[in-house]
Amino acid sequence: MAKSARRKQIEAVALYPVDWIEERTGLIGYHKWFLFRKVPRDINWMQTLGAATLTAFIVQAVTGVVLAMYYKPDPDKAYASIQHITDDVFAGWLVRGMHKWGASVFIILMFLHMGRVFLFGAYKYPREINWITGVLLLVLGMAEGFTGYLLPWDQTAYWATVVGININATGPIVGPFLAQFLQGGTQIGPDTLSKFYSLHMLVLPGAIMALIGLHMYLVVRLGVTSPPWSRTAAGRERAEGDPTAGHGAGRTGLIREPSSGEDD
Amino acid sequence: MADQNPNIDPDGGPRGPQPSLWPLGFAIGVACILIGLIVSVPAIIVGAVLAIVFGFLWVKELAHWGGADAHHVAKEAAQEEPHHETYDRSAFLTAGVVGIGGVIGAGVALPSIGFGILPSFVGEAVETHKVDLGPIGSYPEGQFVVATYMENAEVGEVSRRTAYVRNNGFTSGDNPEPSFTIMFSRCAHLGCPVQPAGLLQEQDTSTYKDVTLIPAVGVSGFGCPCHGGSYDKEGNVTAGPPVRGLDRFEFSIENGNLMLGKLYSVAKVESAGANAKIKKYRYQYPGTHVDGWESWLYPIPTPGT
Repeated sequence: MAKSARRKQIEAVALYPVDWIEERTGLIGYHKWFLFRKVPRDINWMQTLGAATLTAFIVQAVTGVVLAMYYKPDPDKAYASIQHITDDVFAGWLVRGMHKWGASVFIILMFLHMGRVFLFGAYKYPREINWITGVLLLVLGMAEGFTGYLLPWDQTAYWATVVGININATGPIVGPFLAQFLQGGTQIGPDTLSKFYSLHMLVLPGAIMALIGLHMYLVVRLGVTSPPWSRTAAGRERAEGDPTAGHGAGRTGLIREPSSGEDD
Repeated sequence: MADQNPNIDPDGGPRGPQPSLWPLGFAIGVACILIGLIVSVPAIIVGAVLAIVFGFLWVKELAHWGGADAHHVAKEAAQEEPHHETYDRSAFLTAGVVGIGGVIGAGVALPSIGFGILPSFVGEAVETHKVDLGPIGSYPEGQFVVATYMENAEVGEVSRRTAYVRNNGFTSGDNPEPSFTIMFSRCAHLGCPVQPAGLLQEQDTSTYKDVTLIPAVGVSGFGCPCHGGSYDKEGNVTAGPPVRGLDRFEFSIENGNLMLGKLYSVAKVESAGANAKIKKYRYQYPGTHVDGWESWLYPIPTPGT
């Protein structure tokens, strides 16, 4: 298996830029830490739901950015600009469809992911903060749905938003103030539309991205749980010099490791 | 020894700073700036002066407390080491950077937050407009007329609203006055538009400026398409989820024209028509109670209602 001198030369040339970047930034090592992780041997397909949710969010972000290039948040033009996007702009029907249906996919995947985490008991120590950030992400995702629903500015959008805002108004003490903030005055008007647009495309996505960063950092730091039916032992002390004892292992025994004695 | 220093606990640990009124003054100054941004320039200046003066006094007091503590530590160290640092430079720099950063951050954040939130509660956003609904002759006695109008013509179609107007004739008594029942179409459950249960005489539709009037006959009440709330002819809830009766408008008659005035909320109307006894409540968002113990859930009225 000895590599030829020629091959070594080629490898050195190919890896030179990678080494150059690594030496100056440390980012290559970081990405190895982030992407090439040890996971339990009996990991389950259900554990890909989080990554699926992330993908759905990325689809929303990309299609949303493009839609924002054609959408006009003005009561007189909003509906017409949506029609323009759907009927006239090249592939507009496709991008708008992806954004519209992708929104539902995003919410559904969040719930499925949440269900998986709950049923696997993956919210327990030491992953409580990941559960909490996940719940915040769910709330922000629903707020994205609520604010985005108004933007087509048709009858469904308008009255659904009226009802949604007034549901907020029924909250004790601060409810009416929250409703008045959301509609930008005592009545729904032009300011409501531009306010929802700003929340939908700037405030909420920004908060979601920040929370996703924290959420995923914790996933990498704490590792992935085994399914509850796993037969491999957990909580084993790591052997001296175990490579998994470095990065990503805040404590010993967070990752279930197969042992020759108990593993079939 | 330790008891003589007010900043040191009997068991030797440092204590927090004494309660102080300076932060309160600082907060009042910041509030003045925020209000001034909306109301007037002099108020901003007064607020800025207050904030700077009280902020300075507050920081000075904190620095004094921190200094005393450092002094105490330094004293202990002095017994072992003759050459000690009497002035904690790093603590001063930390406080300076945090303080200046905080001032700059507040300078950017406070106006932005104020601009983002306060306009919903002051100025144009909460103004109510009187709306001219046309000559009272177009409202036949004892019959509902569906009036759609622009609440604010400058804003356009988005401000189109509907009111149900019934001419009740005159009030009984020594000084008879014209009486109108004018109900807002907004459902008291969650704000969908209620519809009259009766026949709309669309062939008799008339218009006056932006206002469209459609007479309706045989109206037995109102129903909401969203969640099934239903009301009788006086706007009292007969079924469904609404928590109070339909909101009503005050009105006036100017040069023979019916003018819509302020909205007010109603819990329940006793008796009917010109003899109706109505307790007026401050105008509320749909879904919020105006009477009973539930009204205690909404103790602070929003501006413009």
